[in-house]
Order: sequence, then C-alpha cells, then structure tokens
Amino acid sequence: MNRTDDSVLADDHAWFRLERKGRVLRFVAGGEWVVGAAARLDRELSQLGLGGAAEAEIDGRALMRLDSAGAWLLVRTKQALEEAGARVTQFALPEKYEPLITAIEHEHHAPPVVIERRHGIVAIVERVGIGTVAAGRQGYRMLGYLGRFVIEWLEAVFKPSGNLRLAPLFHQIEEVGINALPIVGLLQFLIGIVIAYQAAEQLRRFNAEILTIDGVAFGILRELGVLITSIIVAGRSGSAFTAEIGTMRVNEEIDALETIGINTFDVLVLPRVLGLLIALPLLTFYSDVMAMIGGAMMCYFDLGITVPAFMRHLHSAVSVNAFLVGLIKAPVFAVVIGLVGCYEGLQVERNAASVGKLTTRSVVESVFLVIVLDAGFSILFSILKI
Amino acid sequence: MAEREREVVIRVRGLVNRLGGNLIHDGLDLDVYRGEVLGVVGGSGAGKSVLLRTIVGLNRPAAGTVEVFGQDPVPHRERPENAVQTRWGVLFQEGALFSSQTVAENIQVPLREYTDMDQALMNQITAMKISMVGLPDDSARKFPSQLSGGMKKRAGLARALAADPEIVFLDEPTAGLDPISANQFDALLRNLQKSLNLTVFMVTHDLDTLRATADRIAVLVNRKIKIGTIEELVRDPDPWIQEYFSGPRGRAALAH
Repeated sequence: MNRTDDSVLADDHAWFRLERKGRVLRFVAGGEWVVGAAARLDRELSQLGLGGAAEAEIDGRALMRLDSAGAWLLVRTKQALEEAGARVTQFALPEKYEPLITAIEHEHHAPPVVIERRHGIVAIVERVGIGTVAAGRQGYRMLGYLGRFVIEWLEAVFKPSGNLRLAPLFHQIEEVGINALPIVGLLQFLIGIVIAYQAAEQLRRFNAEILTIDGVAFGILRELGVLITSIIVAGRSGSAFTAEIGTMRVNEEIDALETIGINTFDVLVLPRVLGLLIALPLLTFYSDVMAMIGGAMMCYFDLGITVPAFMRHLHSAVSVNAFLVGLIKAPVFAVVIGLVGCYEGLQVERNAASVGKLTTRSVVESVFLVIVLDAGFSILFSILKI
Repeated sequence: MAEREREVVIRVRGLVNRLGGNLIHDGLDLDVYRGEVLGVVGGSGAGKSVLLRTIVGLNRPAAGTVEVFGQDPVPHRERPENAVQTRWGVLFQEGALFSSQTVAENIQVPLREYTDMDQALMNQITAMKISMVGLPDDSARKFPSQLSGGMKKRAGLARALAADPEIVFLDEPTAGLDPISANQFDALLRNLQKSLNLTVFMVTHDLDTLRATADRIAVLVNRKIKIGTIEELVRDPDPWIQEYFSGPRGRAALAH
C-alpha cells in the first residue's frame, strides 16, 4: 500500500462490526483507524450494545493503519467490554501495532482530562472574590512600591554619587522629552486652533470677540496645555516604560541585574521617573507656546486680530499666575505617569501575554490618575481662590 | 518493505539561505525518508534552526526548493484539503505553548482544528497524550507559566503529536532536560517512532540522544550538509566532524 497517497485525515476506510455467537461477542475492526476517522468511529461505537456476553474477542487483523487515536478507541472498546461483564479472551492485531496498544494500555491510567467551565452565581461570586483580593493585594504592593521609591529617591538626592545614574537619566530625557517635541507641538497647535475657533463662534454673538484671547489663554495655560501633554506622554512614554521593563522581566534581565548586585530601582525606575519629572514641565511650557501660536493664528484669520494686538490683549488680560497654575501640575503628573509605568513593568510575569496586558493597564491607569488629579487640583485652586 | 523505506517525504534541493548578509546555506540538498529518525547537528550559527524553519515554511529561502510530501510547505491563505500542516507536528525549542490556554487546551488545538471530535473523546485523547509524554496527570489544567522548562517541552511534544502526524520536527528536544528525563525522552521517541512509523527530523546537540535514536545524522558544515550513519561520519576527514565525534564528549557518548 502506498501511504503517501492517503491523508492521515482520510475517513473512508475505517469499519467495524459486532458478531454474536451464543455467549461469545466478536468485535471485528478493519481499515484505517486514524485520527481523521476517530470522530465518526467514536459516535458509532457509543451506540453499540456490548452487554450480555460472557466472553469477547477483538479481532483487528484487518486493520490497515492504526494511529494513537484509533488505538485508543480500540483500547476503550476493550475496557467497555470488560465493564459490561465480558472476559476478553483474544485481542488480535497485526504484529507491528502491538507495541502501540501495549504502550497505551500500560501508560494510560489517567482519568480523562476535564476542561472546567463554571457557570452561574457561583462563578460570579468567585470572580468577585478573586477580584477583591487581587485589588487589595495590588494596593498593598503599590504602597510598598511607593515607599521604596521615596527611600531610593532620598538616597539619590542626598548621596547622588552611587545612586544617581546620569547616562540613563539623560537618555530618558531625550526619549520622553526631545523625541516627543514634534507630536506634542503639532497636537497642541491644533488644540489652540480648535479652542480659538469655538470661542470665537460663541463670543461673536455678544460682540465680544476680543475675549476669545482670554478664553484661549486661560483654557490652554491652566488646563489643556498640561493635561493634553500629560495624556500624550502617558500614551507614549508610560507605555514604553512598562513594555521595556516588562520585556526585561520576561528575559530574566532584571533577575540578572539583581544577581550581579545592581539596584534595579536605581537603574530602571529612578532615571525614568526623574527624566519624566524634568522633561514634562519643559514639554508643558513648549506646548503652551505652541497652542498660543495656534490660537493667535486662528484669531488673525477668523477675527482679524493681528498678532501685536493679540499680544497686547494677552498681557493685560492674563497674569503669570494662570501659567504657573498650569505648570505646577506638570511635575505631579510626571511622577504619577512614571511610577505607574515602571510599577506595571515590574509586575510583568514571565510570559509574553503579560507584557501586553500590563502595558494597556499602565496607560489606562496613568491617564485615569492624571484626569482625577487634575480635577483635584481644580477643586484645590477654587478653594484657595487662585 | 525496502522500497517503502526509501520513500522520500522531505526533499530539499539547492537551498540557499541568507541571514543579515551572511550566507547560511549554499546549495544544500537533503532527502528525508519515511520512517527514519534524522538527527541534524552543526556548530552554533551553522543554520540548523534555519533549515528546520525553512522546511516547515516559516522562512522563505533565497533560492532552491523545499517539498514536503511533494507539496510546497509555505502556508497558503486557502488551506487545501490535504495540507501538509495537518500531517506534521513541530516541537519548538521552548515548547511555544499558547500562554493563555491550559496544557489540555493546547493539546486539543490541532484536534479542534482538523477533526470534528466530541469534547469527551478529545479529553480522553488528551489524557492519553499527557501520560504518553510522561507528564503528571494534574498538569492538564495548568497554564504554561506554571510548568518547568522540561514539562513545557513534554507538553509541546504532546501538542505536536496530538493529531497523529506523519512527520515530527523537534528543535533541541533534550536541551535543558536532566539526564534521566533525556533518557526517557529518547526511549519515548524510539517507541513512538516504531509504533506510529513516524518520520522524525530532530535538531539536537545531545550525542547520547543521537546515538540512541538517530538512524542517520546530517551534519551542517561549510554551508553544506553531510549525511550518514554515526559509523560513516566518524571516518569523515572534515575537521569539525572529527572534533565533534572524537572530542571527549563524543567519545564518551559513542563508547557505550
């Protein structure tokens, strides 16, 4: 028989029949008992009535091919015959398949594998419980992480020689600050245009077009400049922190650092958080400028306010406080984004799926925290009447 | 019988592979016959894994042809009825188990894809494969991240064997196993190969495994391949081959 011509999955030739001779049951199988035929054979075998015989014989001498799935079905049939009360007196097979059957009969003692899927109220309660415990643990770990960060930070401040690594710090400043300039600048420029356009449309109705400048200036300087920049940086750099540190965890690089005796916090976390702490306020200043340029351009084209007139009104309407109120938030947001990004990176488990999952989580958490903190700042400033 | 033994299941002709500007294979020819265990050895960077990846269609060669069962192994968008992918199993170096699935679910992936078995039968077959490769029963429900390196390898082998393939590709199957597990692996491989008439393409450095299982050995040297039994290769004048089989480890493995 030429085997290359038939597929393993060919399903045509497998057959079996049951012969009864008084108290003796004969199970005759033939053809190609292979994995492709197994599903059909399984269904047909399950409909067989095997009871009522004292003795049974299995005759597989007509088998042309047998693989492990087919062999399992034969072994299972034999077990079913024995359970039905018959003594299996003969199990005849072509010689070359004997080792396969022996291997399966001897090695297979495991109960069938169950793939469990729980349903209903128990599953919901279980998941809620697991989630609650996980959230509690997460909070506990985060607190520990924050504490460690503060201690390492203080050490770096008071003893910078051994603890503060300048090369990675500058690298991070370049990565999160300078390399972000094009995208942050373009987006803030567009935001400035959009705000100016919307404000002009509304204020035109009251003949107060000149107040567009106030609207743009306060909106950008106090809120949107720092907020949009932080969200971009969270998406750009927070995610990169998690992915970089997470990949290092998967490759056991962090373990390697630990065994060499290098403080992973000093090498991985401090430069990133510190780099962001330096870069984000600078980026915010830059994005304020870009947004104001966008606003001024829109004022010129839409309202006919020239740039000198724009500048004059800006000087009289907006104090430097509005700018500082926006800028003061930047370092806070920077620390939050950096800490969350690095923390999630360190939480990565040693598998590839974990990196992706935690990177997503890191971005969502840091954007969430940035917006919540921004709302907190608004409340604080309104109480302080700034 | 002898006629069937010479049936070629993998045919490689004039294979040329380049990686990053380096010539890895230069006009390499290889025939693998049905039912044999072919061990592939070679120094680091000699292109053993590249050869394996080319044969299973993961790497497009720069020139030359590869045929498995007379078909092009590169996956087509439209999978033909009798695609080669249904007729081989591949064990990757680290197991390459799907990390979001349990061991049992991993093993059932090929069964689910290529057959219409009931869940009950799939569970029985999974249990059989798990005990066949020597994994403890409770590993079925574990996730790959909960397994040790050796267990991952066994689970990967169980997945490779799940749909009873005709060819099994093994990439360093015994690397990282303790000697006892490695011996068991050799015995298992021999056993399965005999009873299922498997064709095995095995990349390995393990001389003991080679001696215990391989019918022929393919040595990758100087971007070409030299094939023969251990006895034939020991007499080959090539310095790398001499070093390989006559070095202290080689002598120890062959002395048994």
